Amino acid sequence: MSGEILVQVDGVSRRYGDIEAVKHVSFSLRQGEVLGFLGPNGAGKTTCMQMLTGNLAPSEGCIAIAGHDLLDDPKPAKRAIGYLPEQPPVYRDLTVDEYLRYCAALRVIPRARRAAACEAAKQKCTLTDVGRRLIGNLSKGYQQRVGLAQAILHLPPVIVLDEPTAGLDPIQIREMRGLIRALGRDHGVILSTHILPEVQASCDRVQIIHNGELVLSDDIAGLSRRMQSSVLLLGLRRPPALAALQAIAGVTAIEAADDGRLRVFYEAGNDPSEALTRQAHVHDWGLYELSPQHATLEDLFVKLTAADAATAAPP
Amino acid sequence: MIVTIALHELRRMFLSPLAWTILAVVQLILAFLFLGHIEYFQQVQSQLLGMDNPPGLTEIVVAPLLGNAAIVLLLVVPLVSMRLVSEERRNKTLSLLFSAPISMTEIVLGKYLGLVAFLYILLALIALMPLALLLGGSLDFGMLAAGLLGLMLLLAGFAAVGLFMSTLTQHQTVAAVATFGMLLLFWILDWAGEGLAGAGVLGQLSLLNHYEPFLKGVFDTADLAYHLLFAATFLTFAVRRLDMDRLGG
Repeated sequence: MSGEILVQVDGVSRRYGDIEAVKHVSFSLRQGEVLGFLGPNGAGKTTCMQMLTGNLAPSEGCIAIAGHDLLDDPKPAKRAIGYLPEQPPVYRDLTVDEYLRYCAALRVIPRARRAAACEAAKQKCTLTDVGRRLIGNLSKGYQQRVGLAQAILHLPPVIVLDEPTAGLDPIQIREMRGLIRALGRDHGVILSTHILPEVQASCDRVQIIHNGELVLSDDIAGLSRRMQSSVLLLGLRRPPALAALQAIAGVTAIEAADDGRLRVFYEAGNDPSEALTRQAHVHDWGLYELSPQHATLEDLFVKLTAADAATAAPP
Repeated sequence: MIVTIALHELRRMFLSPLAWTILAVVQLILAFLFLGHIEYFQQVQSQLLGMDNPPGLTEIVVAPLLGNAAIVLLLVVPLVSMRLVSEERRNKTLSLLFSAPISMTEIVLGKYLGLVAFLYILLALIALMPLALLLGGSLDFGMLAAGLLGLMLLLAGFAAVGLFMSTLTQHQTVAAVATFGMLLLFWILDWAGEGLAGAGVLGQLSLLNHYEPFLKGVFDTADLAYHLLFAATFLTFAVRRLDMDRLGG
């Protein structure tokens, strides 16, 4: 994680009329890093991506790509970006080859290197078989890959992907994640998504955006730590008195879940799972389930934005 | 870069049946009118022989043909120009151009030149008709050149209006209707103005008033300047409009 800084975003805001879609967002991206932008729909992810790629001008703040300011010096800055928007920007009436050749020209790749660049991009995105087919006749998954090929064609230092797995089937999603990881080795990648496992599968660092504000910026290990809540779900066929369970070391509280199972709260760092299993065996409680409960993304949002919610809630 | 976009636009135009249909229909209509003018010339030929300084083939056949062509193209240009930007806006492909290292002016000029190139291909096909007269007669080349130059300038203006209207909306039909309305308005500006206080100014702004001298073989730099300014104005509007996409909210 010691690569040079590729993207530097400083206090960027964006207003649409009275609505402030993005509020004072600052972050940076280094080479060899995959940064996940996580947030519910309408949180301002796409607006952020559009500002990063010069499709939208920020109302405030500045963005520098590879050392060039995006507003003052747009051409060198944009040369360093590859962008795959939510909907792949493909011309349906062109073939894949024609389309990539046009993109190569737009991205000012020298004429002599264009064919090689197109070939390489097609190879990476496994498009070699469909080069001569019309993009409009390809499936959504292939169109998405054509869009990605367009974004990595000129080997830009920064690759911005807006919901790259939307509309793909599970196998394609796995391929896409593998591809993103591979790209993350040489380039800086920013990807936005509202799917948590996606971030866990492919990112080094996570930023959570909510109502236009960055509410969390952490590496992936930190995120996992936050996601672990200190709750176990316990299923017993012949449950003892709650006091017997309370007595186990580490347990702070027991609560009955709706379906007859129990929710066991415990002190952080003092997991009672082992003791629980042993006791269940000794006293023949009929243990049939013991699972750590992972907080969902919603839980995490609730946690991170709890302060807001508390002040905003009506009395 | 501008050339890349222009060639791309031109290629894509010919990928759709619309461009071919337009070429065919315009050619058919103008050929029909052309034959009509020749027929008329043959009828009056005997009377012309008796005149001192008779109008030639160019004045009787070519000038009216180019006049008709202007009207037909006024109807046709909106159909070709409507999809330039609105289609990209609708299919969300504009972001490809916006995130590429190209300025807004280059995008607009590229698209504009692509459209103008198509219209000039159309014009070249139209020009073949008068040139065919060389098989059996002679033409006043100065007059023909002036007329064609006039039509070229006129088309450049039409294309600029069409491109601007196309940047305004994501609906192609809206762009086509707006372009047609705007062009027709500029065409007839001087009719409405008759008798009114500002008639002189309106007359000056009319496209028709700056096209007719070319058909008579008169080349006036004022007319040339008018057409160039007309096109430049609407191209500037188009650049501003696309910039608004990024800045406005």
